Amino acid sequence: MPVKVRIPTPLRSLTANQEEVEAGGATVRELIDDLEARYPGIKERLCDKDGKPRGFVNIYVNQQDVRFLQGEDTALAEGDEVSIIPAIAGGSR
Amino acid sequence: MALTREQIDRYSRHILLPEIGGEGQERLLNARVLVAGAGGLGSPVALYLAAAGVGTIGLADSDSVELSNLQRQIVHSTFDVGHPKVESARRTLRGLNPDVQVPTHHERLTSGNIMGLLEGYDFVVDGTDNFATRYLINDACVLMGKPFSHGAILRFEGQATTIVPGEGPCYRCLYPEPPPQGLVPTCQQAGVLGAVAGVIGAIQACEAVKWILGEGSLLVGRLLLFDAYRCVFRELEAKRDEECVLCGNRPTITRLIDYEEFCGTGAATPGPLFAI
Repeated sequence: MPVKVRIPTPLRSLTANQEEVEAGGATVRELIDDLEARYPGIKERLCDKDGKPRGFVNIYVNQQDVRFLQGEDTALAEGDEVSIIPAIAGGSR
Repeated sequence: MALTREQIDRYSRHILLPEIGGEGQERLLNARVLVAGAGGLGSPVALYLAAAGVGTIGLADSDSVELSNLQRQIVHSTFDVGHPKVESARRTLRGLNPDVQVPTHHERLTSGNIMGLLEGYDFVVDGTDNFATRYLINDACVLMGKPFSHGAILRFEGQATTIVPGEGPCYRCLYPEPPPQGLVPTCQQAGVLGAVAGVIGAIQACEAVKWILGEGSLLVGRLLLFDAYRCVFRELEAKRDEECVLCGNRPTITRLIDYEEFCGTGAATPGPLFAI
């Protein structure tokens, strides 16, 4: 089922500068695979070699971090909004 | 300590607010806040805290003012270029409000000096520019039970959250590990809209003031995101991680570590996956 995925600025070079894309999947894992099929290269930026989401990029389904749901097995429903939020550190220089 | 006639005049718009009043203003005058980083975020934070009459505003920064800072670091002026930021900021803050004491710490925050420095403060505002210092501030604050405001900016975006140890998640709960060096661009590499620092810094100043007053709802357990390009604010849930190595149920970090090593600073850098 299609869900909306918000792409953070540093990854928009992979999505033809689109801030929001559609992708499908019954779970977050399937969604990431579908994103990879549509926008090759995105998966390695979100997940480590073992396919686990990296500790400095959070994936939210609606307002909730999937690490506190069922991780990559978190189920998606039509109309869900997925956000990818990497850590940023700028502030002083 | 009663307010003087001049203070009643200076802070009249605060005193009019039932949530502040004369008593709240006295609390502000007795409060001690450390602003870590006298740059993009630290500038608006320190200016608003000084204007608000926060009695002690410590400034920690090891840098000097550069011309390229002035596009957003509004506590400094053109004639300050080349001078230590803490001195330049101190001059501005004291000019704005002589009620305010401004101890300066012209040094890099390290595992060796941060705990001693934090002892003199009630609340910390993190406006630094690198992951090593951000994890250092988080760990020191959590270990010492000090509340702090996290703010970060990049390009047209900013984020903020408030960490009150024991009441919500810490920065490690939000982001368990830092990105490898070079993976996430810095403002120096990718730029930042100056006024974004103003928006996020003003939010951090609000958080510090509310914490001092004990009023309102803090950004505890909430990550606030601001997108200036589209002018959208969003809020995401941030939860305490029971498995957190610092504040979880079985913490493995019980004292400060080597943050340069933890963040891979200086180590061989992998390809810039997040680069533009």
